[in-house]
Amino acid sequence: MYRFKSLLSVAALLSMAGCALLQPGPNYAELVKQMMDGSFRKEGIANTDRLIQDQANAACSEAQGANPPDAVVEAIQQAALKSVRMPSDGKFTGDWREGEKLAQNGRGMTWTDKTALPKDNGGNCLNCHQVTKEELSYGTLGPSLYHYGKDRGVLDPESPEARPIVEYTWTKIYNAKAYNACSGMPRFGHAGLLDEQQMKHLMALLLDPKSPVNR
Amino acid sequence: MLKTLSLLAMAVLSTAAFAQQKSAADGIAEYRAMLADGNPAELFEARGEDLWKKKRGPKNASLEQCDLGKGPGVVKGAFVELPRWFADTSKVQDLESRLLTCMETLQGLDAKAIAATPFGKGEQVGMEGLTAWISAESKGMRFNLPQSHTQEKVTYELGKRTFFYRAGPYDFSCASCHAQAGKRIRLQDLPELTKNPGDGVGFAAWPAYRVSSGEMWSMQRRLNDCYRQQRFPYPGYASDVTVALGVYMGVNAKGAQSVAPALKR
Repeated sequence: MYRFKSLLSVAALLSMAGCALLQPGPNYAELVKQMMDGSFRKEGIANTDRLIQDQANAACSEAQGANPPDAVVEAIQQAALKSVRMPSDGKFTGDWREGEKLAQNGRGMTWTDKTALPKDNGGNCLNCHQVTKEELSYGTLGPSLYHYGKDRGVLDPESPEARPIVEYTWTKIYNAKAYNACSGMPRFGHAGLLDEQQMKHLMALLLDPKSPVNR
Repeated sequence: MLKTLSLLAMAVLSTAAFAQQKSAADGIAEYRAMLADGNPAELFEARGEDLWKKKRGPKNASLEQCDLGKGPGVVKGAFVELPRWFADTSKVQDLESRLLTCMETLQGLDAKAIAATPFGKGEQVGMEGLTAWISAESKGMRFNLPQSHTQEKVTYELGKRTFFYRAGPYDFSCASCHAQAGKRIRLQDLPELTKNPGDGVGFAAWPAYRVSSGEMWSMQRRLNDCYRQQRFPYPGYASDVTVALGVYMGVNAKGAQSVAPALKR
């Protein structure tokens, strides 16, 4: 939305008034909110309610790349941990072949995508992670996941011995903020980006000894 | 001719990038060398210069008296000092929001309607040429945005907060991809925009001719597609958020040499 009465001039006036009265500077939090509301519009499936921040996004934005205060970090992680729902049938892994397709698929949730349904979303894994040895077109924003299960000694992901690392991995995919308040990774389960079956396929990709991740 | 060039470039780049024998950056460098005597951006520049000088609109006037920050009609060097504060509008404006002002005040065109026009259509085609030519007039010069006006400083702060603003279904901000050095998405290198990322990188590389689509992308269009991939709603053309980001990136890029209009995959 193009507007001639700009917020930016309001910002300057407030800031000058602030100096004159020897008060603290502009209320940036409020100015940013007004600027966001005035600058974006709905397009396709991307509604303006996407601009609303939950506690985690607000705190991590405010920290500008650093960590929020310890108590805030703890609260974010606890809330994230509570949000995680383990698989309804108690089985954690699906088909690694399907998982690999999802890992390759970087689509979903943009204003040019038709729906916001999990079936139309990819896992976006390769945008940020190395996943297999063969696929060289991978991003480097996240750590390499090559040999993820192998390095953690997972021989059978459905066995009791593997349970701790399996639950950790499920939690990480479901809501990465459970272990890292300002993690850069989307919250695939919590945000409804992928359904349970799709997350199981990604689990298989990471943990199945037959998956190319572990070969 | 553009189409042929695009196809040729696609062939070079797909061999280079997708066969993964070379990095995407190597492929681009190779393609640039091949086109040393004819960057397709020059066609857009020529179109833009003509449009700048052409009398049109209800007032039948050219843009030759437009003040881009260095006085009416001064184009050389203007690009590397934008966005900046303008007294007549009492606003911080980037190149494109300033052009809208000039088109409205000098030519009598409807700035709101132009801002609402989709990229690549109608008056926005003219914008591609104008931004290409105006940026080319500062090619090789170094970014040096003014920060003396209070409003310029406030806008920098707002841009910084915008840069780190996480939201949307993926929880992404600009910083998700552009706050570290040497990172990439798939094979695409990502500029670090919290500081000067170097000559001709990031803010100093747009507008750019995109070989993959055969299109000239301005900074507004670049930011628009960033927000699409960030899974945000649609940022208005020349909206406050986009101008604030321009100030943040531009001030951070102080001293970087502009190569715009650049050549991109």
